[in-house]
Amino acid sequence: MPLLEITDVKASYGSHMVLEHINLHVDKGEVVSLIGPSGSGKSTLLRLIVGLLPLAGGSVRLNGGIVDYASKAAVRALRSDIAIVFQQYNLFQNMTVIDNVTIAPTKIKRRPRTEVEPYALELLARVGLSHRLNSYPSELSGGQQQRVAIARALALRPKILLLDEITAALDPELVSEVLGTIRELSSDGITMLIVSHEMSFVREVSSRVVFMAEGRIVEAGAPRQIFDAPLQARTREFVGKILRH
Amino acid sequence: MTPAGHFFSYYDILLLGRGFLTTLALALIGCLAGCAAGFAAAILRTTHSRTPAPVRAALIAYCMLFRRVPFLVTLMLVFFAIQSMNANLSTFAVALISIFLISTAYLSEIARGGLESVHENQWQAARAMNFTHWQTLRLVVVPQAWRVILPPAFGFFVMFIKDTALASQIGVMELTSAGKVLGNKGLSAALVYGTILLLYFLMSYPLSRFGKRVEGKLAAARNH
Amino acid sequence: MSLQFAPILEQWPYLLGGAWLSLQIAVLAFACGLLIGLFCASILRYGPPSMRRLVAAYVTFATNTPQLVQIFFLFFGLPELGLQLSPFAAVLIGATFNAGAYLCEIQRAGFASVSPTELEAAEVLGFSRPQIVRYVIFPHVIRAMFPALSNQFILMTLGTSMASIFGVEELTARTANLGAETYLSVEAFIVAAVMYVVMTLLATSGLAAYGRMVQKRP
Repeated sequence: MPLLEITDVKASYGSHMVLEHINLHVDKGEVVSLIGPSGSGKSTLLRLIVGLLPLAGGSVRLNGGIVDYASKAAVRALRSDIAIVFQQYNLFQNMTVIDNVTIAPTKIKRRPRTEVEPYALELLARVGLSHRLNSYPSELSGGQQQRVAIARALALRPKILLLDEITAALDPELVSEVLGTIRELSSDGITMLIVSHEMSFVREVSSRVVFMAEGRIVEAGAPRQIFDAPLQARTREFVGKILRH
Repeated sequence: MTPAGHFFSYYDILLLGRGFLTTLALALIGCLAGCAAGFAAAILRTTHSRTPAPVRAALIAYCMLFRRVPFLVTLMLVFFAIQSMNANLSTFAVALISIFLISTAYLSEIARGGLESVHENQWQAARAMNFTHWQTLRLVVVPQAWRVILPPAFGFFVMFIKDTALASQIGVMELTSAGKVLGNKGLSAALVYGTILLLYFLMSYPLSRFGKRVEGKLAAARNH
Repeated sequence: MSLQFAPILEQWPYLLGGAWLSLQIAVLAFACGLLIGLFCASILRYGPPSMRRLVAAYVTFATNTPQLVQIFFLFFGLPELGLQLSPFAAVLIGATFNAGAYLCEIQRAGFASVSPTELEAAEVLGFSRPQIVRYVIFPHVIRAMFPALSNQFILMTLGTSMASIFGVEELTARTANLGAETYLSVEAFIVAAVMYVVMTLLATSGLAAYGRMVQKRP
């Protein structure tokens, strides 16, 4: 049974359809990447999954159970199991790195500090920021902030990690450190749904790649299929353009 | 030649001192109360989903109205309204209520500006991590907003010290009213009002400089 | 508690006359204050140190003391030095004295907001000094100062209400008279409050429209 199953999902902004006929599943331990041109609805889909956008049709199942987005309790439970990292890191500016990572587990999930803090320290070590525990976000580079954001998401012990174009707002030199962290996480077996423009990275790290355009899924398959032998003309067009750079 | 009569006696100085403290008390208590109410109003106004539209409309109207009416008119209104209700309030209380009404309106705008200055992405990150609305306010938004709110709020308080002078017109024994009392005792009006101007200056200027220094420190802290 | 507004509203010409006087005082004091402020701002920027100190002292003093007490000093204090002002004159001079200081600050900030790079760019493009003032400095400064000036005018309009204390028959004074005559002071002051709100709203939208019109000029 897939961990996350998205069936015939629809979403709209007013009268404008931004997502249609979305069918997607993510198995435990998989890394699924969403690629496609801007405005194709990739980030919209992630936001929808985590309840930041209303569902206009279709269903989302987590661990077999349908998610009732109308129920506040259900959405809260969902957000305990799915964590998202945004493009604009969104760290809490008024808290230090260690506070940013521990605040949700301690204050929201109400786990004791003795349980949360060691794990937080371990995560921050994993992303390579043990030396900046007491720094504020404004004192960190973009790449460092993004890595803290990843640690913060993982501190919630989510079943799935959603990554929304997390390297898009970074200076080129800082992109590789973040990608390196993701690479390690994927080899640790963490289930991830990634939206990214970094094609070589996507190809290297994904178990499956999904190509979206104009709010629909055009093609899905192994990286080799999507990048080397796409079945759809639209996919061929997109891949051809980006590989030509 | 100036018919100066005599210079300040010991009791005159006490009167001025009492007036000085009364002015300060009026401004301080009125503005602190207004800060609390204004802050609450600002939170209600920025909470779109939880505050019913009529309440928000009433708050918007309130803030607009009380900033476009002269303080003297508000004082008179409150004075006569309380009189007509046969309530037995001291003139100090009447002045305090008027200051409270006005400072709530001004400080609510300042607080609203501060709350709205916190970027939307802070709210989204908190929401994605299951923070309730009030937890987000308490743990993330207000800790960032107060630095933006404090300088103009303090500036308003310092500015309002001068407006309290109008309370003398409904009989509050603050600093300006001491002028009339001392004048009636035969002291030179130029001396008396000159001294009162100086006393207001000594109250307002140091506070204003202090406020600017704090503002400088807060701005520096925000831009590491 | 029932409110009777009719006796008050009947006297609307009387009250409107008061409002008109309030507006006149505000406009006069604002205009004179603007000139004084311009003069002082220029001194602060280009004048010799001794004059700068004097102007700075004036501005600091006037902005840290209440306008009411300033007028009290003029009205009750000056006669002892031989100068007896009429109530209207005392109010006008006091309001102008006060306004001049604030308008000096506003204009000083406005001039300071013109960046040297803008001026350099204009010079390098071949603008003469008067042309730079007309096409670069003036529009920029007006745009920068406009909200503060507008706000100051509103404050001054509201500030005219203290003229009633000295017997000037502007809106607040007439409201107090009417309230005393009819024993309907609460209703009277509610009406006065509404009139001040309407006055300031008209002033704000009028100034905003004027501001938009001025911005459209090439």
